[in-house]
Amino acid sequence: MTEEVGGMHFSVIVFPGSNCDRDCHHVVGNVLGAPVDYVRHTAQDLPETDCVILPGGFAYGDYLRAGAVAAHTPVMDAVREFALRGGLVLGICNGFQVLCEAGILPGALMVNSHLRFSCHDCWVRVEDIDTPFTRQCEVGQVLRLPIAHHQGNYRPNLNGERGRVLMRYCGPEGESDPRHNPNGSWDGIAALSNDAGNVMGMMPHPERCAEAVLGETDGAYIFRSIVKGYREAGNRAIRRG
Amino acid sequence: MQSGEDERITTPWEDVGLSRSEYHRVCEDLDRRPNPLELGLYGLMWSEHCSYKSSRRHLEQLPTEAPYVLQGPGENAGVIDLGEGLALAFRIESHNHPSAIEPVQGAATGVGGILRDIFTVGARPIALLDSLRFGDPGDPRTRYLFEGVVSGISFYGNCVGVPTVGGEIYFDEAYRENPLVNVMCLGLAPKDRLVRGRASGAGNPVFIVGARTGRDGIHGASLLASREFDEETESMRPAVQVGDPFREKLLIEACMQLTGSDAVVGVNDLGAAGLTSAASETASRAGMGMEIDVTRVPLREEGMTPYEVMLSESQERMLVIAHRGREGEVEDIFDRWELEAARIGEVTSDGQLRILEDGTEVASIPALSLTEGAPAYDRPMRSPAPDPGFHAGEIPEPQDLNRVLLQMLSHPNLCSRREVYEQYDHMVGINTAMNPGADAAVLRVRGSGQGIAVAVDGNGMLCHLDPRRGAMNVVAESYRNLSAVGARPLAVTNCLNFASPEKPEVMYRFAEVVAGMGEACQALGTPVTGGNVSFYNETGGREIYPTPVIGMVGLLEDVSRCVPPGFAADGDAVLLLGGGTGSLGGSQYLNIVAGKVAGPVPTVDFAAERVAGKACRVGIARGWIRSAHDVSDGGLAVALAEAACLSPSQLGAKIELQAGERADEILFGEGGPRYLVSAAPESLEALLERSRELGCPLDVIGEVGGSFLRVATGQRRIDIPVADLVEAREGGLQ
Repeated sequence: MTEEVGGMHFSVIVFPGSNCDRDCHHVVGNVLGAPVDYVRHTAQDLPETDCVILPGGFAYGDYLRAGAVAAHTPVMDAVREFALRGGLVLGICNGFQVLCEAGILPGALMVNSHLRFSCHDCWVRVEDIDTPFTRQCEVGQVLRLPIAHHQGNYRPNLNGERGRVLMRYCGPEGESDPRHNPNGSWDGIAALSNDAGNVMGMMPHPERCAEAVLGETDGAYIFRSIVKGYREAGNRAIRRG
Repeated sequence: MQSGEDERITTPWEDVGLSRSEYHRVCEDLDRRPNPLELGLYGLMWSEHCSYKSSRRHLEQLPTEAPYVLQGPGENAGVIDLGEGLALAFRIESHNHPSAIEPVQGAATGVGGILRDIFTVGARPIALLDSLRFGDPGDPRTRYLFEGVVSGISFYGNCVGVPTVGGEIYFDEAYRENPLVNVMCLGLAPKDRLVRGRASGAGNPVFIVGARTGRDGIHGASLLASREFDEETESMRPAVQVGDPFREKLLIEACMQLTGSDAVVGVNDLGAAGLTSAASETASRAGMGMEIDVTRVPLREEGMTPYEVMLSESQERMLVIAHRGREGEVEDIFDRWELEAARIGEVTSDGQLRILEDGTEVASIPALSLTEGAPAYDRPMRSPAPDPGFHAGEIPEPQDLNRVLLQMLSHPNLCSRREVYEQYDHMVGINTAMNPGADAAVLRVRGSGQGIAVAVDGNGMLCHLDPRRGAMNVVAESYRNLSAVGARPLAVTNCLNFASPEKPEVMYRFAEVVAGMGEACQALGTPVTGGNVSFYNETGGREIYPTPVIGMVGLLEDVSRCVPPGFAADGDAVLLLGGGTGSLGGSQYLNIVAGKVAGPVPTVDFAAERVAGKACRVGIARGWIRSAHDVSDGGLAVALAEAACLSPSQLGAKIELQAGERADEILFGEGGPRYLVSAAPESLEALLERSRELGCPLDVIGEVGGSFLRVATGQRRIDIPVADLVEAREGGLQ
């Protein structure tokens, strides 16, 4: 997947108990080949960065509601401010949950309709390619991506901002079918952005399928999109630092 | 244990689970009578669970050495050299008794405990596997235990962020009251960062780090894990600990940072027997002593006695021995991870484990006396009545082979485990190159291009019928599982689950199993680097099957070469590698279809195993073999059905087998080094030629293609749509 990253700089946020932070760091740093820093939950400011990744897994054990404690850490104030200024923020799985809990993305993620943790590959259909995270895809393209979560059942904010649906769960041919909705998510939502499109939350894990040795490689589309957009914008993403 | 109604008077040694003669031995070692605290520590450390007193002499016969073994039995984990400056640490452990009375937390803390064994040696945990046994899944209590154990493993493993990549589950009435929960963990470390559990250097400070100490788990090792179950066992639920995977995750990160610094001398986890075990083992391994003041141990609740502090089995705690003068570095690391690190004492040179309470000595015992000084017994053994075996005439040949195959595939022992492993995060860490459901899990090693393969296997039914031969089959099965993904088997960790060692028949089977396992591991070149023994798995005289479980690890030089069990492509040739036929003795067919548990158990030909394993590995490494699956439970017919179900597009096959006396034996017989492999037509010649050179039988038996599995042997036929096979396989655990 090695891409010309054009000087783009990434940050991976680490909360106590984060466990996909190292996976994201590996894919960005070693597969994409971009400079990447870990940023701890206590940080008041972000380092110089073009894209912030909130990794998946768990944070603070998630004994309460997934993401509820992490959303109130000092670094999330910095992430919120970065997002408001148009900075790119990608929340994966637990990162999506944290973004919703922090009010940076609308809606909430409830416990899966079947009440169990669930880890397997699924298919998603790309609905909107006019964002920095999906611009390398085509509308209607089907991606095979793995999920691993207990709380991925998305519920919208009925009286306010709805955001933009970027991906929906589907069958292998892209067909909408409740049998292929792995968690009961409303409207089959798998990935969502804010109205501006600079903050995306997604339940599937693109970092788990970006290398051929692990089988599937569709996750690379997300990372390639981010880098391509940055290059096309003349290396002028919103930058902190 | 005294209950309210039982007012009989017990002796001090009985209260701590020791015998009169053991008490006398304590008095000799101390040259005086022990005080109650000291006796409590002996009761714990000399319990079956901690001292291996019934098993030690037998375990000494197991082969433990190979040029690549860096650390063998006696340490927290076995460690082997992978080359490229990397070391692989691994171990399996049981958490049977706690899981029987509190399945969720029992299983969860089993995961937590084995993880600590791995990161204690400086290795980052990279994978977990589980071997589970339960009663009949239709029984409501079994259902409660089964679902509880699975959710406990899922809760802890997922949260801590270590993938559960494989395992095995069997159901049999023999495990109804005593389910088995064996958990294996693997970890990777730079070779030069390995840490030993040793307290060397007099004057070096000793820290307890991680969670605070509470009253949970007191007597877990001695009175829960070292006795059979009775009516009172249920009341021992407070002896089961509660797991906190979030804190464990912090502890992993802190310990990784700690072992990466040179401020540390030794690290030991606090598992069974808590602080008592960690202190006495680290001291005695180094030939030193240790002084600990219990008033310095951070407590979860007030008013705990020294006895309770020393016996507590609170989870997520570690003992750290640092270099004198480097205390600040240790404290800073744990502070960064928001964990407590309390300096509780220091290493001494006199060999005594000395416990202080606010500066006053309350116990003083030679550390060696608690550990290596524990008694070791040659328990009496008696051979049980041999299994009479079955006669073919007793079992009519089935008319409808399609129905038999569907019945077998949908049986809880043979059906898909998807429902279970999808509750486990098997991908976190992004190293899983072969997902659960294959013969062995494969993890890529970043940087080197290598792959680590691992499988856990056990077979209580075979060991019940013929313990020695059964154990050989268990080792051979793991060897085949690793070879089937293309990995060279390297080493073994074992977990030996048995009933009471005080019964001569049980002890006889134990000795036979160890002998069979030793012979097999020697012959197959896979030394045993450690493990665990779990006795007293019986309730009211009802014993479990003798159930040795092994975890075998192996290496692929090129991880991208590993192959899955499912057929790869239309038109590929299907071959049987290793040749030979199976037999029905001890088979799942006999168990499921005829309802018989009877031998004779298949023999294991080690020379043939090595040849077939090598031929399979070479065929995979050269890229000739595109799928491989060992023929095991359910025989060739079930292996074929699985290869069809597991192929990405559910490809069928057309197979022609030689006719024999009995079609059911040809189709469902088990045993022998047999691999079902598939190869592209253009690779066929090279594969056949290389196998001939290696002296390995290899026969083309059919071709991949279509949407039906069609198998013919003589006039008898199986002819089923693959979709029906999938449906039968997927519903078995519901």
